[in-house]
Amino acid sequence: MTPPLLDVRGLERVYQARRGAWPFGHSVALRAVDGVSFTLEAGRTLGLVGESGCGKTTTARLVLGLVPATGGEVKIAGQPLPRAGTAEWRGLRQLMQMVYQDPLAALDRRLAVGRQVLEPLIIHAIGRPEERRDKAIAMMESVGLAAHHYDRFPHELSGGQRQRIVLARALILDPQLLVCDEPISALDVSIQAQVVNLLLDLQARLGLAYLFISHDLRMVRQVSHEVAVMYLGRIVEQGEPDGLFAAPAHPYTKALVSAIPAPTRTLSEGSRKRMVLSGEPPNPVDLPSGCAFHPRCPFAAERCRIETPALRSMPDSRRVACHFAEELVGRMAA
Amino acid sequence: MAEPLVAIRDLTVDFDTGKRIVRALHGVDLDVAPGEAVGLVGESGSGKSVTWLAALGLLGRRARLGGSVRLAGRELVGAPVTALEQVRGQQIAMIFQDPSSSLNPVHRIGRQLGEALKLHRGMDGRAAEAEAERLLDRVGIADGRRRLGDYPHELSGGMNQRVMIAMALAGEPDILIADEPTTALDATIQAQILELLGEIRRDSGMAMVLISHDLGIVAENTDRVCVMYGGRVVEDAPIGTIFGAPRHPYTVGLLAALPELTGPRRRLVPIPGVVPEPWNLPPGCSFAPRCPLAGVDCDAGPPPVVRLEAHHRVACLRVDRP
Amino acid sequence: MLRYLATRLLRALLTIFLVVTFAFFVLHLSGDPAMMILSVDAPPESIKAFRAAWGLDQPVWMQYLSYIGHALTGDLGNSMRDGRPALQLVLERVPATLAITLPAFALKLGLGIPAGIYAALHRNSLADRLTMMVSVAGFTVPSFVLALVLVLLFSVRLGWLPSAGNDGPANAILPIVTLGTAGAAILARFTRSAMLEVLGQPYIRAASAKGLSWRRVVVEHALPNAAIPTTTIIGFMIGTLIAGAVVVESVFAWPGIGRLLVASVANRDLAVVQVILLMVAATMVTANIMVDVIYGWIDPRLRSPGHVAR
Repeated sequence: MTPPLLDVRGLERVYQARRGAWPFGHSVALRAVDGVSFTLEAGRTLGLVGESGCGKTTTARLVLGLVPATGGEVKIAGQPLPRAGTAEWRGLRQLMQMVYQDPLAALDRRLAVGRQVLEPLIIHAIGRPEERRDKAIAMMESVGLAAHHYDRFPHELSGGQRQRIVLARALILDPQLLVCDEPISALDVSIQAQVVNLLLDLQARLGLAYLFISHDLRMVRQVSHEVAVMYLGRIVEQGEPDGLFAAPAHPYTKALVSAIPAPTRTLSEGSRKRMVLSGEPPNPVDLPSGCAFHPRCPFAAERCRIETPALRSMPDSRRVACHFAEELVGRMAA
Repeated sequence: MAEPLVAIRDLTVDFDTGKRIVRALHGVDLDVAPGEAVGLVGESGSGKSVTWLAALGLLGRRARLGGSVRLAGRELVGAPVTALEQVRGQQIAMIFQDPSSSLNPVHRIGRQLGEALKLHRGMDGRAAEAEAERLLDRVGIADGRRRLGDYPHELSGGMNQRVMIAMALAGEPDILIADEPTTALDATIQAQILELLGEIRRDSGMAMVLISHDLGIVAENTDRVCVMYGGRVVEDAPIGTIFGAPRHPYTVGLLAALPELTGPRRRLVPIPGVVPEPWNLPPGCSFAPRCPLAGVDCDAGPPPVVRLEAHHRVACLRVDRP
Repeated sequence: MLRYLATRLLRALLTIFLVVTFAFFVLHLSGDPAMMILSVDAPPESIKAFRAAWGLDQPVWMQYLSYIGHALTGDLGNSMRDGRPALQLVLERVPATLAITLPAFALKLGLGIPAGIYAALHRNSLADRLTMMVSVAGFTVPSFVLALVLVLLFSVRLGWLPSAGNDGPANAILPIVTLGTAGAAILARFTRSAMLEVLGQPYIRAASAKGLSWRRVVVEHALPNAAIPTTTIIGFMIGTLIAGAVVVESVFAWPGIGRLLVASVANRDLAVVQVILLMVAATMVTANIMVDVIYGWIDPRLRSPGHVAR
């Protein structure tokens, strides 16, 4: 059996922070990613959702090797991820690329965009120099731009066009995995749909796998085959999107789903009971005991304060990290 | 019909960039009744924020205003700065998108709140302190007394937005303009802030204009929505109508481009093309190049505003008149 | 805070030490004082005697250690020209230098900051463009050129002001103006960009939206924030109070430290040069530390490093 394209086990990234002034005070651990495991097959999309500080961006960087892991392992097509900076790692860069949130910041303002699409070919010494420009133009056309855009500069293009350039640049090396960190949040709503459709088309045509990170649950549902919800460095619920969003099991997922305002839902379902969380996400350095979510959880019980729930499987292949997952599926109020 | 609290008629805004004059608003008509919650939806360049910044005279020296904005009968366009300063905060309050940047980083929260209280209610000293604490409590900030001594960078984004709301309430305004108040915040915090705004509105009878690019937010928190595109209002209708039976092709397109959370997964239908730049608007209807219903007559001039039944206006040639 | 200051002080002392060491070796290895002081055609025995008397026949590193040893006890050597303690010689000249650098500093602040603020508030207006043009002229024209132009105009042509020496207060005017102009120009430019940056921030618009008058927004909200980056430049200017007037003092024959430095370097009067350099280093370093402290005082974000928003 072929190994999955991406296999992440027990991934950890711990930062050492300092409390109090040196030489007094003590060192505390900031567990940005605290034991994350998932697999991703070729041609599929894993959506990673969560709010700021949950560790989704750090996870993306760990997967690509941009940040060294302090624990756990990352395997690409069965092989462990080489250390960053080594020749093998650079070779792997062809296989995995990243798309960022702000296309203007991801592009060099002073270079023509076509030249930037071409650049990966130069770096990895692919193809003959004469062919490269043609390859770049072909790539640009396949993402919906035209050949005459080649000589434009980033500020001369619209947000949607810039993001297409970023995609073209990421795809020109023929990668198998694309890590997309909030790829559409900076775009206008009417353009977001264009880019999302493009991503789906490219996936169907090229068999790309996506790690799709976003705070926009509806978009995540649109593109993902599987969704993982993160909170304070851990995955708290994971499963197939339709089921997960329609009937969330973990209280945090319920709150996230509940927080989405929905025009059509208001009309069809009447006034919906909203679950609003109290308080703020805690300081990641000051993790609560037991379940990290328990201080804000409307369903919390004594056990939640003492024992950290493990991510365990439920009958419908959903995985939830909550002691009371079975009872809570589908319930919105305590 | 009762006298509107704010009546905007044919508001135009031109920016003098030195090289040329760019028109950002092309004649906006908008009413807000006392106690009403109106949503203003649009993408970049729609003019949704510019409308209210213009009304308050906050656009700076290079903006030239035309048309009329009447607040309870008083004309704001062309009014002297001192008159506008009276209105700001006291009758019309505004909160902005990035709460952490909207607070002065070198002043404590207490000082900034106190400033508003002194300005609008003439309070200072102990009375002001007590009122500041009460306001912080009202907006859901626990331990208000301690927070008064904090600086903005010591509070989270959500808390800073609550502080901004508290400052806005200090003047006991008749209307609150919330310009993308939750865009920079996490989803769960967003829900908290919107709930807070709704609560305050219900308790005080204050009117609210909620500006957002997110139709969903507007749907759940307002009674009526104005959709803006290219510096004009293209559709203005009650919530149910906008989402149940939208008439302007842009509104229809916007709704079709949004993915659903539940129900069958369908391919999104994007609106083709891009939002035009303000200096490069098409002749006639600014949406025509992207509109599935466009015809040659759409390029002739700006579309007329058609009034379909009470409370529903659409700026489109293709809408059948009643 | 205390721990922070202690670290800064240690680093400051290290910097001063490095400056002194570097200067020592460069000076000792770059020329022969005996020749300079006694004159080129002095008899070889006198030169030899001179060198022995001043310890110049020893290996450089031994001279260095000897110097450091004496310095730590407060003895910074004597001037080779007139035999008096170098420190005393230098300190005698400090008042003269301060007599022009301090008023110049006041001029820089008094002229530069308001000009910069005005330019920022009236951006792209005629006043703004004029101020910036004058400002560029102010800091591009070398100080001696400016000095000579002023002398030509006010001393030679108009005869209003004396051009050299220090017989009375009138003598100080031209040096002060020369020194102050370049600094004011730089400060104006800097203050303008700091103000412009601050005026573009969201909290300025939010303050206006609250109903504050523009005057109050500028004074109470914009200026305190614009002061933060401006402090760096001002700190640097404080650091040049002692030795920033070398050229000006030379042109105007003003008997301050600058002239002493030029003369001592020409004469290879080692001890005096060392003392001056030590003072310059100390002043600079102190100014830097002051700036850091002031920064921490005016910008609350710097006071709690590593503070995570709750």
